[in-house]
Amino acid sequence: MRDVAIVAFGQSDHVRDSAETSEVEMLMPVLHDVLAQTGLAARDIDFTCSGSSDYLAGRAFSFTMALDGVGAWPPISESHVEMDGAWALYEAWVKLLTGEAETALVYAYGKSSPGEVRDVLTRQLDPYYLAPLWPDSVALAALQARALIDAGLTDERALAGIAARSRAAAASHPHAQLRGEVPAGELLVAPLRTGDCPPIGDGAAAVVLAAGDTARRLTGRPAWIRGLDHRIEAHSPGVRDLTDSPSTRLAAERAGAFTRPVDTAELHAPFTSQEVVLRRALRLDAPDSRVCVNPSGGALAANPVMAAGLIRLGEAAARIQRGASDRALAHATSGPCLQHNLVAVLEGE
Amino acid sequence: MSKEPVAVVGIGQTKHVAARRDVSIAGLVREAARCALDDAELTWADIDAVVIGKAPDFFEGVMMPELYLADALGAVGKPMLRVHTAGSVGGSTALVAANLVAARVHRTVLTLAFEKQSESNAMWGLSLPIPFQQPLLAGAGGFFAPHVRAYMRRTGAPDTVGSLVAYKDRRNALKNSYAHLHEHDLTLEKVQASPMLWDPIRYSETCPSSDGACAMILTDRTGAARSPHPAAWVHGGAMRSEPTLFAGKDFVSPQAGKDCAADVYRQAGITAPRRQIDAVEMYVPFSWYEPMWLENLGFAEEGEGWKLTESGVTELDGDLPVNPSGGVLSTNPIGASGMIRFAEAALQVRGQAGEHQVDGARRALGHAYGGGSQFFSMWLVGADAPAT
Repeated sequence: MRDVAIVAFGQSDHVRDSAETSEVEMLMPVLHDVLAQTGLAARDIDFTCSGSSDYLAGRAFSFTMALDGVGAWPPISESHVEMDGAWALYEAWVKLLTGEAETALVYAYGKSSPGEVRDVLTRQLDPYYLAPLWPDSVALAALQARALIDAGLTDERALAGIAARSRAAAASHPHAQLRGEVPAGELLVAPLRTGDCPPIGDGAAAVVLAAGDTARRLTGRPAWIRGLDHRIEAHSPGVRDLTDSPSTRLAAERAGAFTRPVDTAELHAPFTSQEVVLRRALRLDAPDSRVCVNPSGGALAANPVMAAGLIRLGEAAARIQRGASDRALAHATSGPCLQHNLVAVLEGE
Repeated sequence: MSKEPVAVVGIGQTKHVAARRDVSIAGLVREAARCALDDAELTWADIDAVVIGKAPDFFEGVMMPELYLADALGAVGKPMLRVHTAGSVGGSTALVAANLVAARVHRTVLTLAFEKQSESNAMWGLSLPIPFQQPLLAGAGGFFAPHVRAYMRRTGAPDTVGSLVAYKDRRNALKNSYAHLHEHDLTLEKVQASPMLWDPIRYSETCPSSDGACAMILTDRTGAARSPHPAAWVHGGAMRSEPTLFAGKDFVSPQAGKDCAADVYRQAGITAPRRQIDAVEMYVPFSWYEPMWLENLGFAEEGEGWKLTESGVTELDGDLPVNPSGGVLSTNPIGASGMIRFAEAALQVRGQAGEHQVDGARRALGHAYGGGSQFFSMWLVGADAPAT
């Protein structure tokens, strides 16, 4: 298989409300940042792929305006997934593997501020049976947390510990939205308190991929993608064991995550309870484990919907690029209660 | 480095109609997928990954419906990707699936595109008001009509050409049992007498709103060798995008369309498309786009596309049949329309297009476009495996 690496990563400052900037305005500095890191211009990029969702923007074809920001002239080879940008990265990685491209630009963005994101996300549920009940994302995560507590796999104190650790890790993160000492807060949907839940915010991220020697030319220490896989589960929470994530485990197996230990794991767990599920599926809780989990603060510090998964891949890659990690695992999720999961294994040379 | 050759070994479509009230969205997509599996004589267990596409989520009012459709498409435990590139999405989706095979990431992939437009109202789904942006003027026809006028003015095409295309495509659709519109009593005079909707586009020169889905099974060389029916081989595929609105844009013949076709022809070794390609399934939602795309795709010199149409070259029994299936003018489940073009091109080179089969078709082009003539995806399929 062809060697492909992440050679640049950039993200916006994640904020609660970006009413004063459009999606394109939010995205442009991030695109310029990653291109500047590699010295590439938009016209040098062989393939471009983005991830976003019309339902956040409240309009059809919302990605077309973002494309204008990329500067698609002369015409570019380009595609879009209506998913988190982590899956746009997956599509771009496949494109590079075919040999049809040497470089790829991947970006994602999401603004939750124009609407009520908890309500909006109910619209991604089964439209005939589930969505009419309007179960929101926090309520569904709370069901999962309750199942974990009932199974004796965690408790409210342990969940609060995950929140505190994540936000402490984000204290020095220049882009994080929620950092430092954050109170556990009141119960939002029992057993989840506000502190167990991600901040609602707007943000964007971008990554540049390159193959083989091109990657070596563009950066001193590429973050090589050694494995990348994603798997989906049944949709209805009622037919799944919410305390487990078989799709994450399978994706990790396929990505080669279990062949050698990783030193870093960037997990896309918007809720503290979901980190418990992911740690178990990814075997990160071994007694002798020295894995640094979510050194960026994870999605509990900033969770721009549709970009937060791509950010996990970018954060893991950036850590490799600056020599803080040699082998990292990155994870992205989509859908209710961790329905769809992607795992990447990244390595420095 | 070498790519794995990609073969189409299964094709399935639903019967396209204005409203499939007998099935849910899940039932609709499963019907097409089931047909494609039957055609390939494969089971759900043979599928390694699912790539699904559709146009905006607002058309059905379901955000990221692939999450809910995972069960219906046998995707549980498998990778599932959701592509969305506006009207070109059906084509783009097939190309993303083809790349999975070409890159040797997966061996056999189910790709599917759908639209169940009867669940809501597509025109208003496209017309949500956005501050500081030009609205689509109540549907796509309002956006495209001025560009048709520009084409007529630029080329001097007589105003009868559009009705010839519509009359041809609707007659071709009578030979395609899956097509939505079956207008047995249509005449050229009736097309020309139909109400003017967006001058110069008449009612009978526009696409319908359809419910429908299209699916294909793509596989590698080994999979193709096991296929019970002839495979269609992918000889070239490409996507191109350009901005919607900018001063330098040529709406009559967008550069992205020309570049996309040129890339596909280069991959497939096509140097004289008019002579080397036997059938074209072209994305023609408004009749005048046939002559326009004939030029954009290199089948005619600039300004000459309408002459091919007028002289009957693009008729089913002509020298270069365009839309033997009846095309988008007869069937338009938007998100699936591009994939239907790709699938119909594959049916032609497999010799399995039934009553609308083009005799001896060996190479066929599938074409899709979307947005404000902004996104393009195309593939060229052949009856023979590509030379390696």
